[in-house]
Amino acid sequence: MSNRTLTFSIFRYNPATPEIKPRMQDFQLDETADMSVFIALNRLREEQDPSLMFDFVCRAAVCGSCAMLINGRPRLACKTLIKDLPEHITLMPLPVFKLIGDLSVDTGTWFHDLNIRTETWIHTDKNFDPKAVEERMDNPTALEIYEAERCIECGCCIAACATANIRADFIGAAGLNRIARFLIDPRDQRTPAQIFEVVGTDEGIFGCIGLMACDDLCPLELPLQSQLAFVRRKMGLAALKSKRN
Amino acid sequence: MKWQEVHITDVLVIGAGLAGERVAIEAAMHGHETTILSLVPPRRSHSTAAQGGMQASLANVAMGYGDNADIHFEDTVKGSDWGAEQDVVRRFVNLAPIAVRQLAHWGVPWTRVVPGKKTLPSGTEIEDLAEKEGLIAQRAFGGTAKWRTCYAADGTGHVLQYAMDSVVVKLGVTVHDRMEAVSLIHDGENCYGCIARCLRSGRLRAYLAKATVIATGGYGRIYGTSTNAVINEGTGMAIALDTGVVPLGNMEAVQFHPTGIVPTNILVTEGCRGDGGYLLDKNLHRFMPDYEPAKKELASRDVVSRRMTYHIRQGFGVESPYGPHLWLDIRHLGPEHIHTNLREVASICKNFLDIDPVDSLIPVVPTQHYSMGGVRTNKDGDAYGLKGLFAAGESACWDLHGFNRLGGNSLAETVVMGMVVGMRVAEYVREAPLNFTPRLVSDAAAKQEARIEALLSNKQGEEYVYELRRRMEETLLENVGIFRDHAKLEHAVEVLKDLHARSYRIRLRSNGLGPNPEVGAALRLPGMLKLALCIAYGALKRTESRGSHYREDYPQRDDTNWLKRTLAYWPEGAELPELKYEPVTIIELPPGERGYGETVRSTGVTMGE
Repeated sequence: MSNRTLTFSIFRYNPATPEIKPRMQDFQLDETADMSVFIALNRLREEQDPSLMFDFVCRAAVCGSCAMLINGRPRLACKTLIKDLPEHITLMPLPVFKLIGDLSVDTGTWFHDLNIRTETWIHTDKNFDPKAVEERMDNPTALEIYEAERCIECGCCIAACATANIRADFIGAAGLNRIARFLIDPRDQRTPAQIFEVVGTDEGIFGCIGLMACDDLCPLELPLQSQLAFVRRKMGLAALKSKRN
Repeated sequence: MKWQEVHITDVLVIGAGLAGERVAIEAAMHGHETTILSLVPPRRSHSTAAQGGMQASLANVAMGYGDNADIHFEDTVKGSDWGAEQDVVRRFVNLAPIAVRQLAHWGVPWTRVVPGKKTLPSGTEIEDLAEKEGLIAQRAFGGTAKWRTCYAADGTGHVLQYAMDSVVVKLGVTVHDRMEAVSLIHDGENCYGCIARCLRSGRLRAYLAKATVIATGGYGRIYGTSTNAVINEGTGMAIALDTGVVPLGNMEAVQFHPTGIVPTNILVTEGCRGDGGYLLDKNLHRFMPDYEPAKKELASRDVVSRRMTYHIRQGFGVESPYGPHLWLDIRHLGPEHIHTNLREVASICKNFLDIDPVDSLIPVVPTQHYSMGGVRTNKDGDAYGLKGLFAAGESACWDLHGFNRLGGNSLAETVVMGMVVGMRVAEYVREAPLNFTPRLVSDAAAKQEARIEALLSNKQGEEYVYELRRRMEETLLENVGIFRDHAKLEHAVEVLKDLHARSYRIRLRSNGLGPNPEVGAALRLPGMLKLALCIAYGALKRTESRGSHYREDYPQRDDTNWLKRTLAYWPEGAELPELKYEPVTIIELPPGERGYGETVRSTGVTMGE
């Protein structure tokens, strides 16, 4: 492997010192074998600037904490290997989400709000009976729900989305994928018409202008394009049906 | 402390992983105002990383027919090497099936039974019956007599956490994320809540509650090399220990998982071995059957980890720049199986090793994984020492796992214990008054303010937080790992004592303002070192081998002297924990053989000789 000296240009801003304007700061670091952006950022913090703010939790691409713009593209820093990047690496916080400081953004509040707006929990009038055996489900259905459930709410699709960048209330691919997950689930008793009430708007399914950066940039490679099409079809049918009634 | 910076609630839960959220749900369902504090948004909790599954004796699959709570009980007690509380185990195994089914009701897409004849990798033919079609499926895990581990593909923790959090959202439970508890508010008898530092602003806040629940997970990060998330630093245990009156139980019981990948230590699930994966050495020889002819790769985690380390010591490890490792081979399971039931493993291999396990071997080495020790509670989850304080999940020592936890029993514990403790808390809060003196609150806040102020004004000396921390991590890994002995443990205690003293003399390298991460690290470090000392000192004093605690100088389990639990207290100003002991509750299964080849150690033939 090459003995590259890397230059990281990192966005800096601390809300506790508003008099210091947001700026880019350069750091140098020698590349080592198997280095990821996760390893690099931790080394920068421990060896060069202990005030550097960024988020990691699992460092294994399952929690979604470390999404950031790496050379302009939303990616998970933990699974971005330095060997795939040029010597000069620019790190910026995700757009759309509120900035906490440096590379750290508040995805939690955004997704919490989304989950409340789209009521992403099982709606059922059945009560849980602790004495009963579980209700049956066929395995292909379980796997289909799991496919849509795999989203880790990292926010890459939202940051990449043209609509989400210009309108704060757009639920984006993550939101529509979440809707798809509940449309598939036979335990959720909401009808498509009821869900239409929630997402049949410009903040929902009709806000999508089809650029599909979400699908290109999802770090988990979720089939967002087909999920969007699925929700759109369901919502279209629900709209037609409600007209007929 | 300004009073607008005080938040009052009935139930305060510190930690928003599966255990914390399950407690909160139960309390909220009983009508109590409930607030959860979390370092990160709940759906980022370390619980989401669990791939494998959750044990419950549903007996739905062919290899699980005939399973019941009694067999689950026996597996768990044997797995614990008789360190577990048997009344706790009994309650747990009885409730686990209910917990799994309730999660299905809340939306977890458990993998389901598909009937038909199947051939296992071993060549055995089995048949799943049509009458079981669509029920929750189960897979094999180490140390279990039956296939009992319920799973959702291999993202079980993720789907459990998302379903759990959806119930939290639905119930309108208050969640304050990016909030780190830094001390408990107490008067030596009662707990009244905690002081927390906001990780958005760096400011302190007081949380007052009738009941406070610690559910902050494990402390793997004090070892540095760990499968744990980077937020697993044991802060919940540390603030409980700091009270001086709440003990931690069995801190020397630290589990190493056989299959952390090299070099990142990310875990690949035990499901790999459960589904038929093998371990190979540098000669591509499958060595586990040599040591464990009956259970092979599916002996308990402590046993497999020790066999692997021993085998590497004998010179059979594969050399690499990161030290010797072994191979995990799942190639024979085939692409279809790997890309559905072990897909997470396939993507970890692709992302972090740039290999496809369908045609490549996976480099693995035993890695710190789980803390059996924690805040000592009774069987309802009440912490010892303070009324109104409870603990649940990995941060608690309930004590379900004794000296070794079985795979699939930790997810199950989070949910079952969350249920049990939630009910207990709901009942407690109904009777308890919200009773505190303003003085107590402002004193507790002032103490933490003073710590931060001292750091910011750079008065405390010349130590660098990340340097001390690295020394702690190395000391634990080298001396308090899989194989322990008197000399190494004594050395570790001395080094850690020194680091602990120095951790009060940290000088910040940065300005420390706002949500500055260096301040967080500096506030956390003394507590982490106390935990490290509880582990090392407890291990030094326990002169026997039991479960994950293996002493090369005392290789046998010693039930005559050591069938008891360590309780570690930290009196104010002390430089070492004060150790006390209590008996283990044995109600059904008297101590005996665990059923692994390693029990030869009781006849005097030991490993490592």
